[in-house]
Amino acid sequence: MTLLRSRAAATGLALLSLFALLALIGPWIAGDPSAFVGAPHQPPSSAHWLGTSGQGQDVLAQTVAGARVTLVVGFVVGVAVVALAAAIALTAAYAGGWIDDALALVINVFLLLPGLPLAVVLAAYLPPGPLTIALVLVITGWAWHARVLRAQAAAVREKEYVQAAIVGGEHPLRIVAVEMLPNLLPVLASSFIGATTYAIAAQVGLEFLGLGDPGRVTWGTNLYWAANDAALMTGSWWLFVPTGACIALVGFALVLVNMGVDELADPRLAAHGRGAGVCVATVVRRPRG
Amino acid sequence: MRFLLRRLALYLIAAWAALTLDFLIPRLAPGDAAQALIARSQGQLEPEALEALRVTLGESDAPIHSQYLAFLGRTLTGDLGTSAAYYPAPVSTVIATGLVWTLVLAGAAVVISFVVGSLLGALAAWRRGGWLDAVLPPVLALVGAFPYFWLAMLLLYGLGHHLGWFPLRHAYGDAIAPGWSASFLASVVRHAILPATTIVVATLGGWMLTMRNSMIAVLREDHVALALAKGLPPRQVMLRYAARTALLPSLASFGMALGFVLSGALLTEIVFSYPGLGLLLLQAVRNQDFPLMQGLFLTITLAVLAANLLVDLASAWLDPRVRDGARRSR
Amino acid sequence: MADPRPHPSTGEPVLEVRDLCVDYRSAAGAVRAVDRVSFTIKAGEVLGLAGESGSGKSTIAQAIIRILQPPAAISAGSIHLGGQDVLAMDEPALRAVRWREVALVMQSAINALNPVLTVGDQITDAIRAHRPIGKRGARDRAAALLDKVGVGAARLGSYPHQLSGGMRQRVAIAMALALDPSLLVLDEPTTALDVIVQREILDELAELRREHGFAILFISHDLGLLFELCDRIAVLYAGAIVEEASAQALWGAPRHPYTRALLRSVPPLTGPRRPPIAVGGTPPDLRALPSGCAFHPRCEHATASCRTTAPPRRDDLLGHITACHLP
Repeated sequence: MTLLRSRAAATGLALLSLFALLALIGPWIAGDPSAFVGAPHQPPSSAHWLGTSGQGQDVLAQTVAGARVTLVVGFVVGVAVVALAAAIALTAAYAGGWIDDALALVINVFLLLPGLPLAVVLAAYLPPGPLTIALVLVITGWAWHARVLRAQAAAVREKEYVQAAIVGGEHPLRIVAVEMLPNLLPVLASSFIGATTYAIAAQVGLEFLGLGDPGRVTWGTNLYWAANDAALMTGSWWLFVPTGACIALVGFALVLVNMGVDELADPRLAAHGRGAGVCVATVVRRPRG
Repeated sequence: MRFLLRRLALYLIAAWAALTLDFLIPRLAPGDAAQALIARSQGQLEPEALEALRVTLGESDAPIHSQYLAFLGRTLTGDLGTSAAYYPAPVSTVIATGLVWTLVLAGAAVVISFVVGSLLGALAAWRRGGWLDAVLPPVLALVGAFPYFWLAMLLLYGLGHHLGWFPLRHAYGDAIAPGWSASFLASVVRHAILPATTIVVATLGGWMLTMRNSMIAVLREDHVALALAKGLPPRQVMLRYAARTALLPSLASFGMALGFVLSGALLTEIVFSYPGLGLLLLQAVRNQDFPLMQGLFLTITLAVLAANLLVDLASAWLDPRVRDGARRSR
Repeated sequence: MADPRPHPSTGEPVLEVRDLCVDYRSAAGAVRAVDRVSFTIKAGEVLGLAGESGSGKSTIAQAIIRILQPPAAISAGSIHLGGQDVLAMDEPALRAVRWREVALVMQSAINALNPVLTVGDQITDAIRAHRPIGKRGARDRAAALLDKVGVGAARLGSYPHQLSGGMRQRVAIAMALALDPSLLVLDEPTTALDVIVQREILDELAELRREHGFAILFISHDLGLLFELCDRIAVLYAGAIVEEASAQALWGAPRHPYTRALLRSVPPLTGPRRPPIAVGGTPPDLRALPSGCAFHPRCEHATASCRTTAPPRRDDLLGHITACHLP
């Protein structure tokens, strides 16, 4: 894959694969996260590598187990957001006219509504759990990507081959799928990565507030319990550092992959090295000899 | 002028949308969350208050459109209902105190972050290939990938709890009386440093990268070459000619990201027990205080809309093409 | 406002370029955009630089004051402005020379003028960067300049997008004259304008030149225009000068096949009607130049030596220089 040529993207993908593996087989290795294994608030030791939680559970098991739900929800929401955003954006761009204006208005309004408070209100009225969170995240997250995609789709629509297909009487769905979509792949890829990043971060945020299902083990609920159990006041840093570090690493990996996708789309961004930037006086470089 | 009026119209529509959502969500939501709250409150509230609560939560027998009009009437006159958690305080009073603190903290932090980030981004693009461009963006990208509140926890634990350099909670010392005294203001600043630093560090990378990319595009344009040809000092070319032109798209991104940044700021406040809207949000969730939650949604939305308007004003001031409607900034 | 620095008296060279080479470095190697270009401009003289797009004209213009950006670099030759060695200057010296000795007017003013600063500000910036003069004094001078070019002092507070194309170009000219330079470099100044405005601006330019006595390096692909305005014309092909002569000599007795082909492609306004004949072939790819003479694939008189050896530079000592194998 050409994406792997970018060092950034390769590193990112490697990291992500690591976490995917962890999510898949981790719980079998690390043990049951809800089992009570010892005294609460024990610092890391050889018995429990990451110590015990405020309820006396194994933190390592919790960290590893939390990966599954968080990553799955993140991925699913990422796909859903991009699908919804793309559907709306392509409709708007293809249809043009008042449909475009109306959809643009909807997008702009949703963009302005702040995500967290809206998510809180929505999630509060629905039963707690990953499904609610996923739904709420899709509602609050689609607009950003719809905006980006609509701008790109509008540009693609003006291309000659699309115009030719329209005049030639091709079915609109076929035009969108065959003529427009392939040219939007880099933007869609970038949007997907961005949406997944947002999904993971926002999910963790909502669960931290207490809107998740406290009985489930996810990275977000780990942090919720850490705050509830006064991790900071008791100095139990192991309650929040491992989970947070995992979230950060996954986020970082996604950013790296995104940088790789960006570089592919616009190679000028990748060019580094001396000589770039602004030169106040043209270099005089005479060859020797 | 035309540009500003168009934006204002958009904000009015968004405000209306927020109000309508606020109205619809309790009435459309499945399940009996609202019922549960009413049941719980029956023992605590007087009949009028209970009735008011039922109305807020949509448990009314009146036809829907008259409910809507009544709701609009109440909200636009500032009556957001009564808080269940802070009973009998009205929601608007509860929110007002938190709003000031959030505006002070988040407002200052966001502005500092944007200004410093943009400067760094401009420098990085100007001296492309230097350490500023090579080292700082990846580091800031890594830091920016942390959830804000986790960063807050790290700072609170490390610099607050462990090293004891900064206070651990609240907006000012418990022993100091609020007022315009120097000691009070100093205490406010001390307490704001950790939360503000969290917000700044988490968002700096984003602004820097946006500005850097914008600058790179501007630096390729002819007017920069001409500015150099005029023999202007390099710093003047970088700031007055290049950065000022590059700032506009960066400012547009800033406006759009305000909602996200504010969300992160609210979560940060919670970690530091800072008495802003974030803490109120937490209390509202804990106590299933729906009137407060809905009131917070409306307030925060209005704050974001107002901030966006300020950004639009700044854009118009910065770029005369936007003022004349000759160029779309968004 | 009297300028303490005197202009070179007529006859002395204002700009001397000798064997200038500019290379663009890329991952695939270096591409030579300007190949051993030499020319001299005397005080008050108008030299035209003719060539197709991509022939290196703008590169030369920007190389003179060293505002070329990486990956371009000057790899050989010398440039002397008013006797000073430009390639040996450090940044402060270079900045002092820019705009005072030589000013630049670029092709499209809407791109060359900063969109967020007023026209007045852009002119006063140039003035105050070089002279210890207060804001008021600089504004007065800017107002006078705008009046002189026909834009009017009232436009000091206007932004570029509020002006028409012709007005913007006039502003660019006014800005160029701010420090009374001895050389004005005009890079396709009227290409983006319609014919009538073009004519007006060129007339104004001629008038200004009579008044101030500056020399001009006029870069254009429009040979007809160059014949009208220039004392001497140099023809550029693939980064090298293939012919240079006085305008009359070039018009009456062009020697290089490329020049002749260019002249054939310009329809005459007088005399019998003759259809224009385009120059055959396509402009050369600088990354893969033909061997020997770069023009030989498109030349109807190409011989064996044209294909193998670079053409010599022949000076007939009457000021007519040609780079061609043919006699």
